[in-house]
Amino acid sequence: MNQPVDVSKSLPDANGLFGSFGGRFVAETLMPLILELQDEYTIAKNDPEFQRQLAYFQGDYVGRPSPLYFAERLTEHFGGASIYLKREELNHTGAHKINNCIGQVLLAKQMGKKRIIAETGAGMHGVATATVAARFGLPCVIYMGATDIERQQPNVFRMKLLGAEVIPVTSGTGTLKDAMNEALRDWVTNVDDTFYIIGTVAGPHPYPAMVRDFQAVIGHETRAQMLEKKGRLPDSLVACIGGGSNAMGLFHPFLDDLDVKMIGVEAGGKGVKSGLHAASLNGGTPGVLHGNRTYLLQNEDGQIIDAHSISAGLDYPGIGPEHAWLHEQGRVEYVSATDDEALEAFQVCCRQEGIIPALETAHALAEVGKRAPGLPREHLMVVNLSGRGDKDMMSVAHHLGEKFGVKQL
Amino acid sequence: MTHTSRLEHCFASLKQQNRPALVSYLTAGDPDAETTRRLLHGLPKAGVDIIELGMPFSDPMADGPAIQKAALRALNNGQTQAKTLEMVRRFREEDSTTPIVLMGYYNPIYCYGVERFLTDAAKAGVDGLIVVDLPPEHDEELCQPAAQHGIDFIRLATPTTDAKRLPKVLANASGFIYYVSVAGVTGGSAPTPERLESAVAGLREHTELPIAVGFGIRTAEQAATIGRFSDAVVVGSALVDCIENANTPDEAVERVHGLVGELAESVRACREVSEPQVY
Repeated sequence: MNQPVDVSKSLPDANGLFGSFGGRFVAETLMPLILELQDEYTIAKNDPEFQRQLAYFQGDYVGRPSPLYFAERLTEHFGGASIYLKREELNHTGAHKINNCIGQVLLAKQMGKKRIIAETGAGMHGVATATVAARFGLPCVIYMGATDIERQQPNVFRMKLLGAEVIPVTSGTGTLKDAMNEALRDWVTNVDDTFYIIGTVAGPHPYPAMVRDFQAVIGHETRAQMLEKKGRLPDSLVACIGGGSNAMGLFHPFLDDLDVKMIGVEAGGKGVKSGLHAASLNGGTPGVLHGNRTYLLQNEDGQIIDAHSISAGLDYPGIGPEHAWLHEQGRVEYVSATDDEALEAFQVCCRQEGIIPALETAHALAEVGKRAPGLPREHLMVVNLSGRGDKDMMSVAHHLGEKFGVKQL
Repeated sequence: MTHTSRLEHCFASLKQQNRPALVSYLTAGDPDAETTRRLLHGLPKAGVDIIELGMPFSDPMADGPAIQKAALRALNNGQTQAKTLEMVRRFREEDSTTPIVLMGYYNPIYCYGVERFLTDAAKAGVDGLIVVDLPPEHDEELCQPAAQHGIDFIRLATPTTDAKRLPKVLANASGFIYYVSVAGVTGGSAPTPERLESAVAGLREHTELPIAVGFGIRTAEQAATIGRFSDAVVVGSALVDCIENANTPDEAVERVHGLVGELAESVRACREVSEPQVY
């Protein structure tokens, strides 16, 4: 394994590259904006007043720090490693997404932008964006694939209640990638007044680094909490990956701690061999999409293939470029969990801990179920409980309803 | 190098005729490969000076609905990068003078392999490339290798390209400069001629290269107005709409060549008119 030294501070480089991944593959119309955003973000990062405001909203509005909870029953159930849950589902709006949205909306205000746009898959990023837009009094437009709107009705309603306009995207295949295309088209048309809040660690530089930095609060807290509880760092970290923001937020502050093992869990759908999955690293190849070079699901002619996952939030044919780089470096191990494995882990978490996790998160829990039993109790394993499962009731009822005497919600 | 490229030759000849070039955009394989072949072969005769041929991509984020749908039609009918290059090669068997510029996004080229693509494109008779998502920051990816193969890399300048950025945009540009008339996607609203004229004049202070204007130009009148102060006028979505609205391939060919005829006539006469036209 080629071990990078001090990776957390050195990347991306000035061109936004993590090795050969990342970059700024966007239309010329957007380039001046992206360069301005980079400058403004650099200023904000070193501005004590910006950081003070960010800390204030993270605390009193989002509800941070989120607890690091020892999942005693889950630990007993698997009979191996000690399992800790980083409770990001307790954040305002029910997922880690708002950590990033608060940061970006503060930046939008600082830049004098008058309008917020975002893309969303499962709707969690859309809800978090609509939330901060409401809080800061900015009009907000959310692009969401028509297919996703169907399967995530509760979140569509939440966004509308929060005052956002939800625009169904029917172009392409009507899923998250098409929503992102449409948001980019809006941005390129409204360059003067619009701020695009990208929800994951992807897109053109500086987004992958910026979203990572805003989400890194997860890892920083985990580190301090584990040191306080056990007097040492965790042995392993597990997180689910679509674009990869919750995983990057947890992993990044530990990258230089080479004894901390990290496992990212992609959505295996019906199985990576079936071709129906969303596992870009395990089943994709390098390419360029949405402003960055990374691993993509694509055919041999460079046309993007639809992702498939039971969880709309992981249903994206790409992955953040820093993950692509960490994959090639071997610093993080990337595995996958199928729809069925996620559904099984989802139920275990409900019954053992009284926590209904998001279907996205259930993929991470599925990996815990494979890994924890073979490890000793002294092994401290942290799982990012990235979101709560309320939004998934309809999907889960569709798959498991009969078992519980529920036909359809 | 003493070699004169097809693009240089084309612009020099039009300069002598004191008229702008008419540039047409069509997506390769829209609605199918055979119709594209017929469309292409008839374009020069209908009055097109430079052909832009779109390489379809599943995720065309700088394109409006017309060209998005064209790409889907083409891909659903099995269009590939190799087939697009083959179309150019066959066109060249019959026409050795009309410049062909391939337009699209980077990923299909990247997956084909940059060196292999440039070798095959040069062999097929491609004159230039317009790749929307490769700003000058990524010149080492394709722009510089293209120059090694004698293929022009046509740079896009936009309303957001300010004076500070312009030198960077122009640095490795060749062939011509494509001025994107509005901040937005293809097929959008038309810009005002006054703003365009001053933008083109601004560009001329920084480059000797011919300047083409595109995005939102749909009618013969618009083409004439813009052709008065630009070196080339690009019409894309309006032609692609002709294909979408046609019931048969024959009708598509007839409609596209018909609109090209109108545009060509208007562009050829545009600098003879002394009174400014209003549209």
